[in-house]
Amino acid sequence: MLGDTIAAISTPLGEGGIGIVRLSGPQSVEIAKSIFKVKSKDWPGKKSRELVYGHVYDQSGNIIDEVLICYMRAPNTYTREDVVEINCHGGIMPLKKVLETVIAGGARLAGPGEFSKRAFLNGRLDLAQAESVIDVIRSKTEAGLRIAAAQLKGDLSAKISSMQDRLLSLLAMVEANVDFPEEGLEELTVEKIKSLCEDLMEEIKEMIVKADAGRIYSEGISAVIIGMPNVGKSSLLNAMLRENRAIVTDVPGTTRDMIEEVINIKGIPLKIIDTAGLRETEDVIEKIGVARTKEAVDRAQIIMMVFDAEKGLGDGDLDIVGSVREKNTLFLINKDDIKEKLINVEEVTRLANGRPVIKISAKEGTGLKHLEKEIFDLVMQGKATGQDEVLVTKIRHKNALEITARCLGEALEGVDQGAPVDLVAIDIRSAWEALGEITGSSVTEELVDRIFRDFCIGK
Amino acid sequence: MEYLAGKYDVVVVGAGHAGCEAGLAAARMGCRTCVLTISMDSVAMMPCNPAVGGPAKGHLVREVDALGGEIGINTDRASVQMRLLNTAKGPAVHALRAQADKRAYQDCMKMTLEMQPGLDLKQAMVEKVVVEKGKIIAVVTNTGARFEAGAVVLTTGTYLKGRIIIGDLSYPGGPNGQYPSIGLSESLQRVGIGLGRFKTGTPARVDRKSIDFSRMTIQPGDEKTRNFSFVSEIKQREQIPCWLTHTTEETHRIIRENLNRAPLYCGVFQGRGPRYCPSIETKVVRFADKPTHQIFIEPEGKNTTEMYVQGMSTSLPEDIQLAMLRTVPGLEKVEVMRIGYAIEYDHVLPTQLKLNLELKNVAGLFTAGQINGTSGYEEAAAQGIMAGINAALYVKGKEPFILTRSEAYIGVLIDDLVTKEIDEPYRMLTSRAEYRLLLRQDNADLRLTEKGCQIGLVTPERLQLYEKKKSLVEAEKERLERTMAPVTEKIKSILAKVSSAGLPQQGISLAGLLRRPEISYEELRLLTGDEGELPEEVKEQVEIQVKYEGYIKKQKAQVERFERMEGKKLPKDIDYGQVKGISVEAKEKLEKVRPGSIGQAVRIAGVSPADISVLLIYLEQKRRRGEKRKLH
Ligand SMILES: Nc1nc2c(ncn2[C@@H]2O[C@H](COP(=O)(O)OP(=O)(O)OP(=O)(O)O)[C@@H](O)[C@H]2O)c(=O)[nH]1
Ligand SMILES: [Mg+2]
Repeated sequence: MLGDTIAAISTPLGEGGIGIVRLSGPQSVEIAKSIFKVKSKDWPGKKSRELVYGHVYDQSGNIIDEVLICYMRAPNTYTREDVVEINCHGGIMPLKKVLETVIAGGARLAGPGEFSKRAFLNGRLDLAQAESVIDVIRSKTEAGLRIAAAQLKGDLSAKISSMQDRLLSLLAMVEANVDFPEEGLEELTVEKIKSLCEDLMEEIKEMIVKADAGRIYSEGISAVIIGMPNVGKSSLLNAMLRENRAIVTDVPGTTRDMIEEVINIKGIPLKIIDTAGLRETEDVIEKIGVARTKEAVDRAQIIMMVFDAEKGLGDGDLDIVGSVREKNTLFLINKDDIKEKLINVEEVTRLANGRPVIKISAKEGTGLKHLEKEIFDLVMQGKATGQDEVLVTKIRHKNALEITARCLGEALEGVDQGAPVDLVAIDIRSAWEALGEITGSSVTEELVDRIFRDFCIGK
Repeated sequence: MEYLAGKYDVVVVGAGHAGCEAGLAAARMGCRTCVLTISMDSVAMMPCNPAVGGPAKGHLVREVDALGGEIGINTDRASVQMRLLNTAKGPAVHALRAQADKRAYQDCMKMTLEMQPGLDLKQAMVEKVVVEKGKIIAVVTNTGARFEAGAVVLTTGTYLKGRIIIGDLSYPGGPNGQYPSIGLSESLQRVGIGLGRFKTGTPARVDRKSIDFSRMTIQPGDEKTRNFSFVSEIKQREQIPCWLTHTTEETHRIIRENLNRAPLYCGVFQGRGPRYCPSIETKVVRFADKPTHQIFIEPEGKNTTEMYVQGMSTSLPEDIQLAMLRTVPGLEKVEVMRIGYAIEYDHVLPTQLKLNLELKNVAGLFTAGQINGTSGYEEAAAQGIMAGINAALYVKGKEPFILTRSEAYIGVLIDDLVTKEIDEPYRMLTSRAEYRLLLRQDNADLRLTEKGCQIGLVTPERLQLYEKKKSLVEAEKERLERTMAPVTEKIKSILAKVSSAGLPQQGISLAGLLRRPEISYEELRLLTGDEGELPEEVKEQVEIQVKYEGYIKKQKAQVERFERMEGKKLPKDIDYGQVKGISVEAKEKLEKVRPGSIGQAVRIAGVSPADISVLLIYLEQKRRRGEKRKLH
């Protein structure tokens, strides 16, 4: 929708410490002003495009980050609207906080490609560029949907649909009574509305708090190291961490349980998981370890498959390769420092089937830079789930939850002031719709269906 | 042999609730109009329940009335009982409902049509539409009479290929023992109009003399006399009561044991029936745990002993109908006068229509009412007046008249019909209106009178009434905002009692006082000792507007957002096949519905936000290419 103010993180995450939150639209300045404090009171001054130093505060008045802020006056901007850019340099967390704060201040989280879309619609880009804008919208939206769907699996999704379901039951009861007043249907009492709204608010608040504090935001990309026993997986973890975290021995089957550590590759938090070597085994403990490894593989976005250069390819290696066919996999030939190698590199390359093959030595530390670069590219080209998209999806969810809570609050206020239930329903409906933003459903159709499903109505 | 029977600006086929409004609107707008009906005795017939109005439906009646239509006035004249429903709820859903004397309703409406200058009413069965170069030019009857017309409005209700079903019995027929219209269905298909098939049903009519009312609960009308129409001045009305009873275990047992003879459950039907009006057999099967269902016994009129058995719509065989009726308290000895039946009929798939109710592929051909897949007299009347207006505008070469979802229930109704693919007869519900707090029945005149006036349907008297009401409301609202409440002990104590906030420091305006949930406009007057007497409807309006200001503002903000999208028009000739980047499903749906605006496109199931973004960009691309061409 044109006319409102949109916001997004406009630099790819992880490009070093600096990131920009960009606002575009008529309220850009107003929103920025409400969170930004500078020495000179009259920001923004007359001058457009001036970088000003100051601090950004959250709603409760706490400093989020030290920033440089830049106001660009319409129409000489990318979108031809008023644009404010906030340059943060504290890394991902403050960046995300700043974005959330401007959204709380009234901006809407920009959709995929929306800045470009505005630029085009406002006559800033030429016709030739329109196609690429469409491509971005299309591909990013689809990627976004995939991610949103993936994220919605499990806990969050179950919670949200249960909340929607309860709200819908409530609404259906209000509406059935409104549309069929003489059917003698159960009337909805104010107490019922109140208790449900209060319950839901409680749950939502909890979810928001959890989302903030918990790992959701710090999760990042996860990469699993797998391979046959003794190929040097733990050694690789240690090398990448640059510390001796995992036990390394020349006994196959050393690692029994998974070891997780986070490293930072050009700003992206990468969770590395060292696993038990995969092999047929009778050892109970090792067996459990192998099962866990398989689970970790399923969940991971990136797989680092390690081969031992000293040995030839075995059936065990082939089995493992077969099990990661669908994954973003890097093929690492370890122990490159050893002179007498049996491994057939061509064979590995053939197995990799276009995926990167990298020679490394965990012992000497060679090839690690190359490995990091490949990981980074994989993430940034969207071959792996991009951190920024994950983050955006999460902010979107959180934002929707906050709006839901606000609507429920207004519903409760209405109840307290004695408003009739059908008016309170307006706010409940909005609450449902906010959740619908996450699940992509529309209230009118579902509501009508629900009324007829739950109530026996008619002449 | 075909012969030329007449030349008209507008020919309306069918004189049910849609046809009457369409004919009257066209004639009142100055078009030479002819209304053709299968039978002179079925003009404005109510083949189902003898009632008009109720939630959402009553809203439609008020809107049609505000535009200068007839259903409101006619109902006021023929009413034998009125009730305002939902009074314990908010003002948005207050709803007036009338029981009508069916015969009086018909006579009254027929007379209005007969007396309307510029309107001819004729008995004829239309068999054929004549289309030339994509334009309607005439209709032809089964006797060969050819009526040439600038525009045609089809309002044939459930007559198209109507088939009556009673138990194992089934035969071609229209509602209430009328003839079906067989040829017209095929003629429509020949000109490329797609048809669907729906079904609906009606309960038995029973003899008042055979009912034991002592076993039922009386349902009287309201004491206060109300009217649907903003111009009706009826002050006194005889009220005939309805009666409430219920089904029993025995009723349900009989139904369950005879399901094998129920057409619904042995696959006789092809058409889809409505969920909101289930037959009694459906209710018993689907809500098996409900031990009893309500039954209302409603009078069909003053001069008849026929009574309508609301809640017992059925297509069970005659013997079973009788047996099950006699298990209902008060109906133990009941005599049936007309048996209940189900009817199946063809309808036009409404996504083929434009928002002005004109077929996209046949210029000048309009459809309204049950033929468009809706149910209900009120839904029919609402479409009827809109089709009549638009047919007249079409003949005059003027822009179509369209109401949006934020302006009227009529707008919601028509937008839903042409945008969403309906799979059951469509009934208006307040839950379908996103902005229902703004679309109240009490303010239909304030919303629509001016529009009706611009089209030329609203009489000067009506306009005057409206203007007077509007200015009185504004003046009173202003006075309430301006005037501070006197700080009497009484007011102080009331404020202290009802609200923890107590009396604000700076005093409180009368409007502020009225905003308190506990204080009505009447109480306000008592408290402040105001003398001036305002008309009822003005007081009501002021009270609602002041009291619910907060909610009204909220909805207005929603409407503003909505209108931004609605304002972005889509060109008529857009070729969705050419739009790169839209999903296959969206393309298909957009091609089918051919929305008039981005806002309408958003509402199509299967069109995603990304599709909308791409569409916006495509529009801009096209616009600029057009500009470039102009420059060269
Ligand atoms: N020469 C050489 N030896 C290595 C290298 N990487 C690991 N090793 C040796 O290989 C042996 C196994 O190393 P680990 O890192 O424990 O192997 P792993 O894959 O974790 O083994 P499991 O945990 O038993 O599955 C140790 O003796 C390491 O010192 C390397 O790059 N070069
Ligand atoms: Mg190990």
